[in-house]
Amino acid sequence: MASSGSLALREQFGTPQHQRDTAVVGMWIFLATEVMLFGGLFTGFAAYRMYYTQGFLEGSREMTLTIGAVNSAVLLTSSLTMSLAIRSIAQGKQFRTYVLLLITALIGMVFLALKFTEYYLHYQERKVPGIWFVSSKPEAGPEQLFFVYYFAVTGLHAVHLTIGIGLTVTMAVRTAIGRFNERYHTAIEMVGLYWHFVDIIWGFLFAIFYIPGFHK
Amino acid sequence: MIGAKDVAFPRLNLASWYVFIIGGLVTLYAIARGGIDTGWTFYTPFSTLYSTTYVEATGVGIFLVGFSSIMTGLNFIVTIHRLRAPGMTWFRLPLFIWSHYATSIIFVLATPVLAVTLLMIIVERVFQVGIFSPELGGDPVLFQHMFWFYSHPAVYIMVLPSMAVVSEIVATFSRRAVFGYVFVAFSSIAIAVVSFLVWGHHMFVAGLSVYSAMTFSMLSYLVAVPSAIKVFNWSATLYKGSISWDTPMLYAMGFIALFTVGGMTGLFLAALGIDVHVTDTYFVVAHFHYIMVGGAVMGYLGGLHYWWPKISGRMYPERLAKAAALTVFLGFNLTFFPQFVLGWLGMPRRYAAYPPEWRMLHIISTAGATILGVGYLLPLLYLTWAWKHGSPAGPNPWRATGLEWQTPSPAPKHNFEVTPVVTRKAYDYEGMKEELGLG
Repeated sequence: MASSGSLALREQFGTPQHQRDTAVVGMWIFLATEVMLFGGLFTGFAAYRMYYTQGFLEGSREMTLTIGAVNSAVLLTSSLTMSLAIRSIAQGKQFRTYVLLLITALIGMVFLALKFTEYYLHYQERKVPGIWFVSSKPEAGPEQLFFVYYFAVTGLHAVHLTIGIGLTVTMAVRTAIGRFNERYHTAIEMVGLYWHFVDIIWGFLFAIFYIPGFHK
Repeated sequence: MIGAKDVAFPRLNLASWYVFIIGGLVTLYAIARGGIDTGWTFYTPFSTLYSTTYVEATGVGIFLVGFSSIMTGLNFIVTIHRLRAPGMTWFRLPLFIWSHYATSIIFVLATPVLAVTLLMIIVERVFQVGIFSPELGGDPVLFQHMFWFYSHPAVYIMVLPSMAVVSEIVATFSRRAVFGYVFVAFSSIAIAVVSFLVWGHHMFVAGLSVYSAMTFSMLSYLVAVPSAIKVFNWSATLYKGSISWDTPMLYAMGFIALFTVGGMTGLFLAALGIDVHVTDTYFVVAHFHYIMVGGAVMGYLGGLHYWWPKISGRMYPERLAKAAALTVFLGFNLTFFPQFVLGWLGMPRRYAAYPPEWRMLHIISTAGATILGVGYLLPLLYLTWAWKHGSPAGPNPWRATGLEWQTPSPAPKHNFEVTPVVTRKAYDYEGMKEELGLG
């Protein structure tokens, strides 16, 4: 995971490069565990989608494709600003990094705002499984199952994004007080990897939840 | 053992410990409030629709403990990749490290799946939705798939570290390099990989299709191959070795014998027809315990005695320890061997009542458990005593070759005063003899 904020070389490492590369290996393995975490949900979704093709298609038709598509663009843009932030700190431009990190966090918040607007629309349409679910379709059971997975996976994704926003703001603050420079900025790179991962996960969510119901 | 000053992420290591304790406390809280009635497998729909016990709290506890496992697994993998001492190439690593590397792979890849499965159980209970409940279109067998995808590899998480210990002990106490080093090393990795492909053998009677059951059956046979490679190579290591029967060696031999019995009966269970006959009987219980207690726990006890001088700087009382090792072996076999017979005759697990003609076997099993208990109590007592009062061990009481024996006991804060440079392969007892002028 993200290593310490100070420039100090920890005793177990030979060189700063050694320390930085070790953090990168750790982060990638952490992301592998995240793939397995989301993978469990994707597997269940895939199994049910095979059982209940029609019901899941009905569920997908209830999605607000516009919000989903806009959100995909929003999150991709945030990945761009995150990459630019890492580039700037590698060039030693601290103020620019600070601004870019804040923009990244802000775009993340826009995503969440749109996501919660969408949740509110589902609530109005009585599509909250368990407590508030109404469907006039014959495939009501499978449709509800679709929404269980929809809320579980996008909810877990939103939790990840919230953590990402917290980390990005922390990195911005630490950049502002001069903790990072062109020689040492491992922590920002690690948060960047995490951010891109959360972005990629959204790409899959958009594909499995929104696109199947595209042809109305 | 790899010549590192510390793990790659020491703070993560500490965090893992704290999270483990918190997870343990949450689970204890659930137990104290009345526990759960779902069994350890949390099978749905009972666990989601009907159980009124503390399923959520237990789930959160296990989730936290799982998170701590992931952190440690990650830390081990990165440390082994990045922090080996100069000259410590992959094929000079002690086999202990190879096994723990394999264990860590299972940690990081399997545990997240259990975590998400538990989350879904909690979601289903809290929001009353039917992820795994047939009334709402859910599939309880999907839960079993996801559960065993973690829980089968989990038994390899338990037994691989013991195999790691046995490789070290067998080499040290027969004063020979482990026979077929590369095979033993890769058999650990093979176990980790194949362990992800055999979970279906827990579900032969759950309604799998014949073809998937056959596939899982064959893959389960396959996972026996790397385990057998280990057993054969350990045995071959003993050949023409200069064997001494110190306590760790007794435990290692106990491991090999009991693990072999456990592994062979595992083949019975991997066979579809026989599995249907013995499913949910004492036969399964006995097989499981031959691997997990006869195998894993014997290995842990062996490792505890082997590295006790390194951990504490003091020796344990050898005679008492040998007596305890033999007591454990005897008690274990008395407890669990009769259960193979009982299970084969049809005694189901989790029942208190049984027909009178099986009384003798049940009595032997119960008596054995008492002896086993004494065998476990003894090390607890004498090791506690030895912590303060044992005779000083010195850096290398077993005259072993590993790097951990080249530093004082207990090891100083940074493990080594000077970072060691490795020039030999592991278990180079021939080289050690020459060095001491005995060649």
